[in-house]
Amino acid sequence: MSKQLALVIDLNVCVGCHACVTSCKEWNTSGEAGFMSDDNPYARDPTGTFFNRVQTFEVGEFPNTQTVHFPKSCLHCEDPPCVPVCPTGASYKRAEDGIVLVDYDKCIGCKYCAWACPYGAREIDEHQKVMKKCTLCVDRIYDELLPPADRKPACVMACPTSARLFGDVHDPESVVSKAIRDSGGYALMPEWGTHPANHYLPRRKTEITLHRDELERVDNPLKIDGKLPKPDSRAPSLDDSTSW
Amino acid sequence: MRPAFSVIFLTTLIGAGQGLFVALYSAEYGASLGLWAMPSAQYFSLGCVLVLALLGAGLAASFFHLGRPERAWRSASMWRTSWLSREVIVLPVFMAAVAAFGLVHHLRGAGDLTLALGGAGVVLALLLFVCTGMIYACLPFLQEWHTPLTVINYLLLGCTSGFLLSTAWAAAQAPALLVTAAAWTAGATLAALVMRGAALARNARLRPKSTVQTAIGVKHPRIAQKAQGFMGGSFNTRDFFHGKSISWLRLVKWGFLLLVFPLPLALLAAGAALVSWPILAAAFALQYLGLLAERWYFFAQARHPQNLYYQAIS
Ligand code: SF4
Ligand code: SF4
Repeated sequence: MSKQLALVIDLNVCVGCHACVTSCKEWNTSGEAGFMSDDNPYARDPTGTFFNRVQTFEVGEFPNTQTVHFPKSCLHCEDPPCVPVCPTGASYKRAEDGIVLVDYDKCIGCKYCAWACPYGAREIDEHQKVMKKCTLCVDRIYDELLPPADRKPACVMACPTSARLFGDVHDPESVVSKAIRDSGGYALMPEWGTHPANHYLPRRKTEITLHRDELERVDNPLKIDGKLPKPDSRAPSLDDSTSW
Repeated sequence: MRPAFSVIFLTTLIGAGQGLFVALYSAEYGASLGLWAMPSAQYFSLGCVLVLALLGAGLAASFFHLGRPERAWRSASMWRTSWLSREVIVLPVFMAAVAAFGLVHHLRGAGDLTLALGGAGVVLALLLFVCTGMIYACLPFLQEWHTPLTVINYLLLGCTSGFLLSTAWAAAQAPALLVTAAAWTAGATLAALVMRGAALARNARLRPKSTVQTAIGVKHPRIAQKAQGFMGGSFNTRDFFHGKSISWLRLVKWGFLLLVFPLPLALLAAGAALVSWPILAAAFALQYLGLLAERWYFFAQARHPQNLYYQAIS
């Protein structure tokens, strides 16, 4: 089976620090494909093009709430609805590793692909007027000038809690496949049949279950906690010596 | 969705052009069957100029939608998978057929050649309606659009608009055709009313398949967004929200229902009775305004699932 590179994002670990957002932007705005525009970066209403966003959701009702930090980028769908609609062929899915890319030299900026992505993972660059999205750092992960340990997407390298795993989800022995299998990895909006390659690991609470009988001493036939009367000094004891 | 004005103008203008061409061809076809006298060559040739003007204006509007219009030629390449690409191919071919039809009428008058050319043109006009409608209808998660009614309504509303223009054209150039043209226009308008009404009724009862629960994959009935990752807005907050109130939407809906259906029908009756092309042209203009509102509403009503990720700034 062909390769399908993807990210697995552990929502149990993500602390919402936005390190992946900034390192993604830093890497991709300095790449060969050109800058990612910003407007008013240091003024009112800053806005710009990003491949990756970290959002925050509150689950539950106060005081029983959980905060879920939720990084969102292109999911490199196995059946990407954004690709067939593109009239120019600028949007394509690579056969060799399943990465969905935009050819910035072919894109006419018609935005049809953004309409066709249910996840809002594509953003038009307001100055270059072409569609942009996560490339899975395709210019990093195959770069032989980098030490092998660094041939990973910039967001994965930056994450201080290792909430982001990277690998081939078609290889059952890869770290991502194991994480999906063992920790309940799931896909977003499965209802549209896009089969996202990226998966998310759910929030997990570490709990131990105590049963009632575990709270009471089972060797306490009188159901009275406290000191038992001292046995007679001549009474037999466990080791046949006295406990006095 | 945020209504894109370039697309609103594109779809309404070419729709009127396609409808008018179907009407022109029907006039020739009916005459060739002996149903009425053949209209003058000018009726056809200048009529085709009118059709081409509408199509050309629509085409020009579409360029404003593109970020990189200088690369627009590339958009013809993916016709195997993309309805947008198919539209980009069919539109100029249709324009060529209209131009040929009009030119032959001008040079040689009606005959077998014009019948054949016009027949091809009608097929292309219908194909173009299908392409335009399918651009929207093929996106499954835009549930408001994902229905055959979308294609049917693009077809019927385009025909309504073009036929109405053809009545004004007939009143000016071939009054003998007027009654038939008016009857066809009334029929198309009523059919469009029924089908657009059906689409409105369907969409009013739609339940979104995606929820914030499926969007982030957390199963809890109470999930509130606390941050969307930025505060100054982005492409996602600008292009997918119409930003208007519910009452404005309701106003636009009733406005277009009024402007597209009953008012033009009343003017049509008056214009046909008085054989007055200015009244009929006014009816067309009024209805065109309504169609702009209709298309605006068509976009605004569609709720894109990506909006689930952009519910609160912070
Ligand atoms: S997440 Fe959106 S942009 Fe990315 S592959 Fe899937 S549909 Fe396409
Ligand atoms: S915006 Fe660019 S990548 Fe997207 S559909 Fe249009 S041409 Fe293709």
